[in-house]
Amino acid sequence: MSKLIAHSSWFVAKTVKILLAIAAFLFFTTSYELPASCAEKWPGVDESVVEKYAKEHGREAWTPFINTDQGDLLLFVFLLAGTVGGFAAGYSWRMLVSEKSPKAGSCNKT
Amino acid sequence: MNHDRKFAVCLTTLVATLLLSTSAHAMHISEGILPFSWAALWFVISLPFVALGVKRLNTLAKDDLSFKPLVGLMAAVVFIISCMPVPVPTAGTCSHPCGTGIAAILVGPFVSILITAVALLIQALFLSHGGLTTWGANIVSMGVAGSFAGYFTFRCLRRMGATLGVAGFAAGIFADWATYLTTSVELASGIRGDTPFLPLFWKILIAFIPTQLPLGLLEGAMTAGMVVLLYRKRPDLLVKMKVLKAEEMAA
Repeated sequence: MSKLIAHSSWFVAKTVKILLAIAAFLFFTTSYELPASCAEKWPGVDESVVEKYAKEHGREAWTPFINTDQGDLLLFVFLLAGTVGGFAAGYSWRMLVSEKSPKAGSCNKT
Repeated sequence: MNHDRKFAVCLTTLVATLLLSTSAHAMHISEGILPFSWAALWFVISLPFVALGVKRLNTLAKDDLSFKPLVGLMAAVVFIISCMPVPVPTAGTCSHPCGTGIAAILVGPFVSILITAVALLIQALFLSHGGLTTWGANIVSMGVAGSFAGYFTFRCLRRMGATLGVAGFAAGIFADWATYLTTSVELASGIRGDTPFLPLFWKILIAFIPTQLPLGLLEGAMTAGMVVLLYRKRPDLLVKMKVLKAEEMAA
């Protein structure tokens, strides 16, 4: 029981530290003042570099073939991708770390 | 709930939250940016690397079953990292690390290229991120250049006696920077028209620097952290993947 409590408090402490770090990072980045010349806050380098120079040379990006960049649809797709990706990463990590590698002869049991 | 399950749940939640926090701002070359001839050329260049990746994956998976979860982990890591926009306050822009450095170190450069190709295809199809016409160019920059730069940097530094952490850090940095260097080459050669190549190439490369310089350092730290973490948890796996020598594991 004491072991369980110790593990839980370790987990809570770690989670709080991670959340505080994320909150500090987000506070720092969202309160950061960009130069007045920037039309949009936090553009990706695909916009600020790739598409900018491409446009200067007469090339413009097409609308994607499957255009999920419509309203909140993109947020949903990214949430879905993050969930599936995170699950796959966690599942694979668990298989790698917590399941012991088979030792010689042990496979006869199955 | 044991630690690994908690870790998996936390990882899923964290990744989903981070991806949700902003729309798809990234570095992949967007759909239609490159003229057809250049897009086709980069696609043709990328094909043999992807084919070799499939062959290598089949060979390794036949030899060792424990290779599959490692590939699964690396595929998820490359997919998540390469569509996770990170704000860079020094530049006021967003971009993302690539994850190819760590993948190349652990599963080899060819399997890393295959993983990258799959991640880029999913992103182009469903996340409005990159593009199908620029798939080949993005495979070459992120997959081929990133994987080989990370792999060779790691191997060279290890031969020179660097620790796992230092070699992993440098591999992550060079994998990231090599990706953007190659993107600059692809973009400059594709869009230049009649203008000379070199001035445009330098212009694009310099424009990437304020964002990618700090992001490269972040990628280096992530790569080093992951290699060291795996060393602590499964050193036998690193020996199996020839990242570490057996005598180093014993030490």
